[in-house]
Amino acid sequence: MKAGSNLEKMLTAGHFAVTGELGPPQGNDAEEVRHKASYLKGIVESVNITDNQTAVVRMASWAACKILIDEGLEPNYQMVCRDRNRLALMADILGATALGIKNVLCLSGDHQRFGDHPEGKNVYDLDSVQLLATFKKMRDEKKFLNDKDLEGAPELFIGAASNPFADPFEYRVHRLAKKIAAGADFIQTQCIYNMDKFREFMKQTVDMGLHEKCYILAGITPMKSVGMANYMAKFVPGMDVPAEIVQRLKGVDKKDQGAEGIKIAIEQIEEMKEMEGVAGVHVMAIEWEHRAKEVIEGAGLLPRPTLD
Amino acid sequence: MIIGDSKPLEEILEMIEGRDKVLVLGCRGCVTVCNVGGEKEVGILASALRIARKKEGQPPSVEEMTIERQCDPEYIEELAEVAEEYDAIVSIACGVGPQFVSERYPLVAVFPGINTTFMGGATEHGVWVERCQSCGNCLVHNFGGLCPIARCSKSLMNGPCGGSASGNCEISKDVPCVWHQIVDKMAAMGRLQELETVWPNKNWLTSRDGGPRTRVREDLKQ
Repeated sequence: MKAGSNLEKMLTAGHFAVTGELGPPQGNDAEEVRHKASYLKGIVESVNITDNQTAVVRMASWAACKILIDEGLEPNYQMVCRDRNRLALMADILGATALGIKNVLCLSGDHQRFGDHPEGKNVYDLDSVQLLATFKKMRDEKKFLNDKDLEGAPELFIGAASNPFADPFEYRVHRLAKKIAAGADFIQTQCIYNMDKFREFMKQTVDMGLHEKCYILAGITPMKSVGMANYMAKFVPGMDVPAEIVQRLKGVDKKDQGAEGIKIAIEQIEEMKEMEGVAGVHVMAIEWEHRAKEVIEGAGLLPRPTLD
Repeated sequence: MIIGDSKPLEEILEMIEGRDKVLVLGCRGCVTVCNVGGEKEVGILASALRIARKKEGQPPSVEEMTIERQCDPEYIEELAEVAEEYDAIVSIACGVGPQFVSERYPLVAVFPGINTTFMGGATEHGVWVERCQSCGNCLVHNFGGLCPIARCSKSLMNGPCGGSASGNCEISKDVPCVWHQIVDKMAAMGRLQELETVWPNKNWLTSRDGGPRTRVREDLKQ
């Protein structure tokens, strides 16, 4: 065991893992974090806490992680390279692990031009691959990047993201391989809607044997409406929403579109459960945490297996 | 070369407001080549200032001068006789120019007439693109001759990120994803496997992050 987190234990035991996601508020309301977390308790192994996602300022990820720990949930601390340099990234992971955080997801981060402070200066001292290598070094060699010894090294289950739908497609699996080589123990993918392309990506992944080197969790985000599907297709970087999905949502009454979106997500998970190389699903019910249970339960993934 | 953009006329007028005798100072270096600060542009800006100031009832006296390079004390010296006669010198060289002029003539008010934007080159007539960030440790040969530090919006050394779409960067459809270009170029050269290298964290000491930089060549110093 690297960190002994629920997520690591579940994956190591060979169970099909389920993770969730929670976006901290644009303010300091701890109650809102607790409220959202209450919907995810007991239905996922760990909950990703986003880090200024889409470059919009929110409550610090580590702080929201701590609120979850206090509520009896396990967080997965997302960290982006956009907002802090190597000093801050290493300091934050030491602080986070001291607070009991065991999972981390290393990301480049959306460019700040998308967000609510586009005039800001970005950092990108490290990139996501270098961040993975940094945390692996801190955990395994018990050293800082400068090779000085740590007085107390972090125990971490280290994650990375992969977007099978970004370009160039043929190179995506190679970048995944780089992330695994750099130190990723697990991967959570971008939201998947184009199943044909994802099948092809997983085939390449399995052909290269990458699924044996790390755990791959497929990203699932239920569509709430046709509006959301159109927005994601047009405005979210690296998102591939096939026309069939939009058509299918359009085919039902507006009030039933959410239910249809959940149905699509359940069908996707059913297929993921059988797909070679997929070790679990990452259910990102964006600002829809209270519906996550319907997706997970509908896919026959509840109750979650108990761990020794 | 260094690329710049002219400041808006209104901004320059505001800077020099109330100053009687004005000199527009051009440079025959990079800014002449990128058509923003050479003799021709000195003439255009000086005329525009004269007309505007006359209209506002301000003294229209605006003189013109262009020197070989504003980043070289030897040429800045050419102003020695006249600099202090002016109430304002508007330098339309890159950001180095107004500073060298200010340092040499500390009592004269010097104003920047252009914004220095980046280091790059012209891809076609009238189009300039950024190519270098002067990080102080060139690595472009490892990336098919393309620089991920200057040309990737996130300066990723292990790209492309998940925002790369149809050859473009996530920040804009008008910005090419250099990492897409790097992958294509390395593939075309049969060197794609070289990109499997996990590039370690970069040493930014040689970059601006290490503090303002000075270069001393003992073999050339007099």
